[in-house]
Amino acid sequence: MTTSHALAPALGTGRSPFASLVRQREVPVASALVVLVIVTTIANPLFVSAQGVKDLMLNATITVIMAVGLGTVIITNNIDLSVGSILGLVAFGTGSVFAAAPDIPIVFVFAIGLALGALLGAINGFLVTVARVPSLVITLGMLYIYRGVNNAWAGGQQYFAGDRPAAFGRLSVDTVLGVPIITVIAIVVVVLVAVFLARTRPGRDLYAIGSDDEAARLFGIPVSKRVLTAFVLNGTLTGLAGVLYASRFNSVGATTGTGLELDIVAAAVVGGIAIFGGSGSVVGAAIGAVLLTTITSSLTALNVDKFWQQAIVGVLILTAILVERIASIRKARRLRTSEATNA
Amino acid sequence: MTIDPTSDGPSPTATVLELRGARKTFGAVVALSSGSVRLRAGEINALVGENGAGKSTMVKILAGVHQPDSGDFLFDGHPIVFRSPAESKAAGVSVIYQEPTLFPDLTVAENIFVGRQPTTRLGFIDRAAMRADARALFDRLGVPIDPDRVAEGLSIADQQIIEIAKAISLDAKVLIMDEPTAALSGVEVERLFGVARALRDRGSAIMFISHRFDEVFGLSDRITVMRDGAFISEHTTSEVSTPEIVRAMVGRDVDQLFPKQEARVGDTVVRVDGLTRAGVFHDVSFEVRAGEIVGLAGLVGAGRTEVARALFGIDRYDAGSVTIGGRRLAPRDPMASIRAGIGFVPEDRRKQGLVMDMSVSRNTTLTLRTTLSRLGLVSARREREAAADWSRRLQVKTGSQELPVSTLSGGNQQKVVLAKWLATDPTFLIVDEPTRGIDVGTKSEVHRLISDLAGRGIAVLMISSELPEVLGMADRVLVMREGRLTATFDRDDATPETVINAATGAEPAHTTTTTETRR
Amino acid sequence: MPEQTTTPSAAGSAIDPRRASSASRDTAGASGTAGDRDAARRDPESAAERTLRRRRLLTGRGAIMIYALLGTLLVCALTVPRFASVQTTGFLLLDAIPILMIAMPMALVIITGEIDLSVASTAGLTSAAMGVLWAAGWGIPEIFVVCVLIGIGCGALNGLLVTAIGLPSLAVTIGTLALYRGLALVVIGDNAVADFPPALTSFFTSKIGATGIPTAMIGVAVIIAFFGVLLHFSSFGRTLPAIGFSKEAASFVGVHVGRAKFWMFVATGVVSALVGIYWTLRYSSARSDNATGIELAVIAAVLLGGVSIFGGRGSIPGVVAGVLIISSVSYALRLGGISDVVLNVVTGLLLVGSVVTPSLIAVVREKRRARRAARDVLAASAADAA
Repeated sequence: MTTSHALAPALGTGRSPFASLVRQREVPVASALVVLVIVTTIANPLFVSAQGVKDLMLNATITVIMAVGLGTVIITNNIDLSVGSILGLVAFGTGSVFAAAPDIPIVFVFAIGLALGALLGAINGFLVTVARVPSLVITLGMLYIYRGVNNAWAGGQQYFAGDRPAAFGRLSVDTVLGVPIITVIAIVVVVLVAVFLARTRPGRDLYAIGSDDEAARLFGIPVSKRVLTAFVLNGTLTGLAGVLYASRFNSVGATTGTGLELDIVAAAVVGGIAIFGGSGSVVGAAIGAVLLTTITSSLTALNVDKFWQQAIVGVLILTAILVERIASIRKARRLRTSEATNA
Repeated sequence: MTIDPTSDGPSPTATVLELRGARKTFGAVVALSSGSVRLRAGEINALVGENGAGKSTMVKILAGVHQPDSGDFLFDGHPIVFRSPAESKAAGVSVIYQEPTLFPDLTVAENIFVGRQPTTRLGFIDRAAMRADARALFDRLGVPIDPDRVAEGLSIADQQIIEIAKAISLDAKVLIMDEPTAALSGVEVERLFGVARALRDRGSAIMFISHRFDEVFGLSDRITVMRDGAFISEHTTSEVSTPEIVRAMVGRDVDQLFPKQEARVGDTVVRVDGLTRAGVFHDVSFEVRAGEIVGLAGLVGAGRTEVARALFGIDRYDAGSVTIGGRRLAPRDPMASIRAGIGFVPEDRRKQGLVMDMSVSRNTTLTLRTTLSRLGLVSARREREAAADWSRRLQVKTGSQELPVSTLSGGNQQKVVLAKWLATDPTFLIVDEPTRGIDVGTKSEVHRLISDLAGRGIAVLMISSELPEVLGMADRVLVMREGRLTATFDRDDATPETVINAATGAEPAHTTTTTETRR
Repeated sequence: MPEQTTTPSAAGSAIDPRRASSASRDTAGASGTAGDRDAARRDPESAAERTLRRRRLLTGRGAIMIYALLGTLLVCALTVPRFASVQTTGFLLLDAIPILMIAMPMALVIITGEIDLSVASTAGLTSAAMGVLWAAGWGIPEIFVVCVLIGIGCGALNGLLVTAIGLPSLAVTIGTLALYRGLALVVIGDNAVADFPPALTSFFTSKIGATGIPTAMIGVAVIIAFFGVLLHFSSFGRTLPAIGFSKEAASFVGVHVGRAKFWMFVATGVVSALVGIYWTLRYSSARSDNATGIELAVIAAVLLGGVSIFGGRGSIPGVVAGVLIISSVSYALRLGGISDVVLNVVTGLLLVGSVVTPSLIAVVREKRRARRAARDVLAASAADAA
């Protein structure tokens, strides 16, 4: 036993804290964001004016919350394409609630929105875990169904800014320490979910499931229960986003949220969440969401044709997955050569 | 020659896990006819035997992956059934495989405690406690690994140590290591052994499977020998020699059950020169002539399949060349190899040899898709006719040509693979483990087929881990060890001992009488 | 000890590889009389086999979808007034054409185990290019050439990223979905070009004689026939399901997996470009947001038509039926005055139902098998112990 002590090299240590920080998945996207902001500010100092920053935060809020939710699902090697439809349903629902009961306490409205989102997420979760069909297909179908329900419910009806209580609308205007209230909510969400994923057993289990769900099952992790939880969490957060949407934007109707899902997936992927699960963090997804929404404002501030925004988003997504792939190839090669030279 | 496994060894220690006379069949294939092993507390037991001896089936039974059809399975003296790996784990049996897989995004400590991390009162993971527990485990093993480090990128050696740490933390009473040193360097092997000895001294029962005699004799307290699916003997390591073990492993009359025809060996069909792939195989050269069956023997991991795959073009090689019919074969291009007349019956029937979900007919004609086509179009009728024709010739037993090939027995599946390649009219056929997992009857049919092919002038390279097969069928035997060709034997010179010695690097039996200078 | 060559076994004598490819010259493997051999030569497939094959053809997923389509059409014709009319055929097909076209190469992509979400964006980019070039005074033939080139380029980029670099197609095509749509915006911005030659635009809305079938369907039929023949009858196409089921086994028989997948992506690119042309001329409007969202409709229809998301399984007739079912229901609802909102729900239910049901059946069957196996093991060990 003493001989092995002397012979064994100290493994895993000797890695400087800086190196491990830099290797974090969030660094590329965070740096991209920082660079973007700096470059834009140099060209147009108004970009970081009080109003400018406030607008940035407001724009990002909804996407951040949804990216955190969807990121959690993607970590388990699943996906939920119906989030746009869920947002639409809850947003319209919020409008309807206010129309029906204008004096209802705002907290109740939040509760209803979250519950509705949770329910819709649970339906998705059940179908995925019970039927064992790829979530891509299931949630694609649910995207249609939920959108159809939204259309059926709303018809041509729309609710406008005037239809909601002033206090509710002010959530998107009033600030706390310079940060809009809805953005504060978003930040709280990010922190809570990040802690959940990093510091609790169910949270860590999600990563294991995403890496290798068979092995996870072998270690006693209740895979179906955890995956269901991820979908319910995603639904709840999307519900929250839906309620906040009704506060921030001036109209909600049958088409609210259409096409949003792919933007959210983009945000998560750009933020470092691997599309096949098992790695990444919701903090990264949140930064990815901020990055993508900031680009629009950035382009305006830089007087670049706003039409470039979509294209740039596309390039970002491709770059993100390319970088991830190159990194993993490099790592595998390092592993292989070290063993080969030893053997 | 069989030592009664029920008698205690020289020092009566508590038997923790015992398998007696276990039998396991898969369909018509008897994987285990009478498997026995006795794992005692505070003892390291090495399980040795050729490939196909039944060792991995034994491990799977002990791990709860399979259940024995019959036989006694005792834990602490009481009969037990493991219906699943989870139950085996819960009972305290931990298995470390050759390729451990940790969850890459979890830290080392989290991997050790996955699913049961210590928590604080608020329900959060108590990272400090987890870190401390992990450190304590590593201290016990005498191996410093940073518990907070993310598992991604760790070497296999480190991953194994972490798996062992996991096993200890689960209070494993039995630790089974399946070929643990295959991917390790010398220093890492030493470290692993230190850990194993430490565990033994603390009272665990340890079993490990290895082909390397220096390791077997260096680490174990007892050696259990298996052959042809049955327990043969158990020895106390300090009281036995390598030749005795080798004899126990192979000792059978290699009677010529094989209809080896005397074929007229013609010109060289394929020549391999200095084939090298960094870290996998090195400077491999040989030739195969028309009508000749060349056997390629060696242990698992020797690099035989890798050489064949590189030759055929599935994998790349870094140096060397392959010449067939006098012309240089383009590397990394299976289609070119097929066109040049090479056929390859791969090792893994289910994943490489056949498309399981497709019909027998389509599998058979997959290689004929260009030959059967006119103007790029394949007539389904001609395809069916060709498939039915070949099925008949090889006597493939199937309910219907349209059934998925997964419904066939192993032997018939192998016939479909053979048919598919024979249909391409090859001049050189590589067969990798041609009779693995096949019932005895079909085995001899396959041997007859291969022999007949050689008789017709086809050059055959047969990779096999079954000594009798190699010795019975081959005109020449090449032996590989750790990526290099270490010996060539003509049919007459090839005996079980000479081949195994060349394959394991053990000293040949006739050079020394007292071989035990290893300790 | 039977080592010598006594009587060669039946298997041994017949496997003369030199006679492999000429089944017609087969001398019947099993030793038998000359008469048997003759009969076998004339009819190598037994009657039982033939019945089994016919049965599978008539009850396969593709066939079921065709029956479902016929059933749907019947129900619609009976319950919705004015459905069974020449006008219906016209409008229904005009709407279905884009989805029908893209569904063809998309089916092949999914069969090989990949997916392409960027098709609508390629169509949009093509449309934008058309508008800009037309406004700049280019001739129609030159514009068509450029559009096809755009399609090839878009598909090739997808193909390279997936096959040469090894990126997952889901992630890649989400990226190119944004990129190509973005390029469409850059090219044409907010503008819409609408002054295409009336001769051309009316051609795309014209019908064949009195049948009500749009003239453009001829081209679409060619595309369907092309991909149908490619998948089901060509030697190249028959390797695609093998790639989807097991790309390892496919590479072992010399299939160039990467190359095959690359060309499938190019195919979706080209057909998407054609759809872009069709869309622009049919609606006589080139806009950056043309064809937005149809990728999901295409995938839904393809999956409904029996193509498995796992790869390997699927047929062109099934996919055609799938597209037409969704289109018919959609049109019928509109005609019946029901809001086509319901259509969304129906599409979704069809999709979810068609994949969940077989999966649920399999799950239930497996659970029952596992329970039985466990019972057997316990019974055996109990018997042993006793």
